[in-house]
Amino acid sequence: MIRLIRRRLAVALPVLLATSFGMFLLGAASPIDPALQYAGGAVSTASEENLAQIRANWGVDDPLPIQYLRWLTNLIGGDLGWSTSRHQPVGDVIAARAGWTLLLIGLTLLVVLLTSLLLGTIAAYRRGGLLDRGLRAAAYAVESMPVFWLALAAIAVLALALGWFPAGGLTDITATTTTLSDVAHHLALPVTVLAISQAPWFLLFVRDAVAESLLEDHVLAARARGLRGRTVLFGHALRTALLPFLTLIGTHLPELVGGSVLVETVFSLPGLGAVSVQAALGSDFPLLAAITLITTAVVLAANLLTDIAYTAADPRVRVDG
Amino acid sequence: MPTRRLLAAFAATALVLGACSDPSTAERTPTASDPIVLATGGEPDTLNPVLGFGVDGASLIFDGLVSRDGQNNLVPALAAELPAVSTDGRTVTAKLRPGVTFHNGTALTAEDVAFTYRSVLDPKVDSVLRSDLDMLTKVEATDASTVVFTLKYAYAPFLQRLTLGIVPAKALQGQDINKAGFNQKPVGTGPYKVTSWTPGDRLVLAANDTYHGGKPANSGVIVAFVDDDNVRAQRARAGEFDAAELAPKLATTFAGFTVQRVPSADYRGMMLPFGRPVTGDTAIRQALNVAVDRGAMVKGVLGGAGEPAFGPVPPNSPFAEPSVAGNTAADTAEAGQLLDAAGWAPDGDGIRAKGSQRAAFTLMYPAGDSLRKELALAVVADAKKAGIEIKLDGLTWDAIRPRMKADALIMGWGTPYDPDFISYKLFGSQFAGEASYNPGHYNSPVADKALQDGRDHADEATRKQAYATFQKQLATDVPWVFLTYLQHTYVVRNGITGVTPRVEAHEHGVENSLWWNVHTWTKR
Repeated sequence: MIRLIRRRLAVALPVLLATSFGMFLLGAASPIDPALQYAGGAVSTASEENLAQIRANWGVDDPLPIQYLRWLTNLIGGDLGWSTSRHQPVGDVIAARAGWTLLLIGLTLLVVLLTSLLLGTIAAYRRGGLLDRGLRAAAYAVESMPVFWLALAAIAVLALALGWFPAGGLTDITATTTTLSDVAHHLALPVTVLAISQAPWFLLFVRDAVAESLLEDHVLAARARGLRGRTVLFGHALRTALLPFLTLIGTHLPELVGGSVLVETVFSLPGLGAVSVQAALGSDFPLLAAITLITTAVVLAANLLTDIAYTAADPRVRVDG
Repeated sequence: MPTRRLLAAFAATALVLGACSDPSTAERTPTASDPIVLATGGEPDTLNPVLGFGVDGASLIFDGLVSRDGQNNLVPALAAELPAVSTDGRTVTAKLRPGVTFHNGTALTAEDVAFTYRSVLDPKVDSVLRSDLDMLTKVEATDASTVVFTLKYAYAPFLQRLTLGIVPAKALQGQDINKAGFNQKPVGTGPYKVTSWTPGDRLVLAANDTYHGGKPANSGVIVAFVDDDNVRAQRARAGEFDAAELAPKLATTFAGFTVQRVPSADYRGMMLPFGRPVTGDTAIRQALNVAVDRGAMVKGVLGGAGEPAFGPVPPNSPFAEPSVAGNTAADTAEAGQLLDAAGWAPDGDGIRAKGSQRAAFTLMYPAGDSLRKELALAVVADAKKAGIEIKLDGLTWDAIRPRMKADALIMGWGTPYDPDFISYKLFGSQFAGEASYNPGHYNSPVADKALQDGRDHADEATRKQAYATFQKQLATDVPWVFLTYLQHTYVVRNGITGVTPRVEAHEHGVENSLWWNVHTWTKR
């Protein structure tokens, strides 16, 4: 296992470097001038000399390799750089916002996993039953709805018409402190919407995988030995089906991050989503690079964890990197 | 049955999740001491005036030497009286109001004022405000309560530039102003002090009980930042805000709220580049100017929240020249006569032509701006009736900028404060093609001279004369077809008192919106 982790880390470094350099090239190829973006509304009254001074202060006119080297040296020194779109150190922007995005994604993942495992297994157990057919129909329907549409519909019904949940924000707008119940109340709707939009894949996958493993020899043998239905279903059938499911989580994580950007925007949550859009539109390379690096690192870590979980779930599997 | 038990467990989980929604928290009964909750899409990038926050005053956190009253007239703020201008117009002396302190308790001195303006002029500071203060040579504190501004040349509306919020020198001296923590949690002299700012979420302000203009009537202000128009409208309908800016079509009356339509100097128009075969022809421009149906645009596109525009000086400004206002409805017949006289003859396909040149050109608009898109579509329809074909092109600003000298563009801008402010650079021939100043290369010696006279002469009557000449010249040359002035629309909770709308500029957000005087608002 140690060897696996060490090998993965050795691969991760060049991947992260390549990602950051790719981001850098994209930023350089972008026609967007960060100084004009920075000027915002004052752009029509700002003189060319004024804008040139600002570009010089930022060093965005320096040759590309010099800019990249400077960024890399600072990064090694622990300095993520200066966000030109947020007017703050990149580290501060991330620190203030990453927590909320991680909370949103983490809670959503938890809800998705629990509900898809539970409902998928039950649907597989009663294949062709009412629940099975209903869930499959719902899953296909949800899969064809864009997440922002779901979010707006949820706001219209649950927040405006029924008034059960707030329509957006992280805490009550007049709240002076951040309390757990307030945040939970505000996050219930975004988490549910994001979970519903992500669940179909997982649900259908679990259902098919469990349905298949229910026909396998060891499950039939377990049933033949007279074990209880629940033990057979969860102890034998689901366990075999879990392995490919773990892979699915690893590969679906980036999609979850993408969905969270849209959900954060609709629910006006101050997470990384809104700033990523702003950074991209403002050609704010340091912030974009930091967000991309974090996302890449999270995905790499998730893949590593998946593989470790794999070996734990099935002793026959030996992953050597 | 195992499945049934599982279903029960799932139902229980759902109930627990649902239980988080305690409806009692949604129902708040507002009291007078409650802070006022505002909502806007215009979140500032920084809270430091040096870097561009609250340049035109009314920033809630800061005061300038002067500020503007409900009629947008200058009144002294941190200055004891309106600053004195020397007879040659190149020296401006301001005396400070005594006894003013910053939120942190330190006393305001002339050095703070000098520091604020010097920082703006410092090339190392990333401030675009420098372009507006290019007439300023130096700022000196001659004693603890006197500041002297020295100008390169006489600049008549200079006092209008003194609304910039004053920052405490001690809090920023020796720091890199671009990266100072002050920019997120500033210290000013204004009616409110900053409790916290969570970018993307809210700005929490607490009343400054020792405010020199009197203790605020409410305990504080919370500004919610909701970028998306529809989301902001939905949250306003859910009753979260006391006042919110909404797009005209979303600002409809709902239970407990009233709509406020505030006149503005915020115009939209079609810029027509000179030196091009079609848009460069005066007859085409004049014909378009009479062919557009401004009344229909106000009614249809703006939902009634606007006024027809005929020039860059808003009709409610003392500098407005009434004679430039034309017919608010389309006059296709007159457009036809203008085109006939200039040799643009009707062709078989309904589009006029002069020789081999068809009366056709491209009109760009920023693709993300639905209002400008709708105005562009209306222009296209009106022009077609007059025999002019316009092809639309929705683009990003980065694609628009390099093409501005060649293709027409739906533009928007406007300030109610002084006619010099934007027009000098937008229509002056010396700025043709520089940065974003005079993109259409408009070149009129008459307009140039009028604009120059307007800033050179301090005398009010001479200035009015100069801007009258300027407006008439624009109406003749038509470098822009001005379309509409917008009204900024807000919803305000019933029971809020003290709301005093005043004419607003193009730029408004935390600053210079309906809530410019929120420190006098109370909530029942």
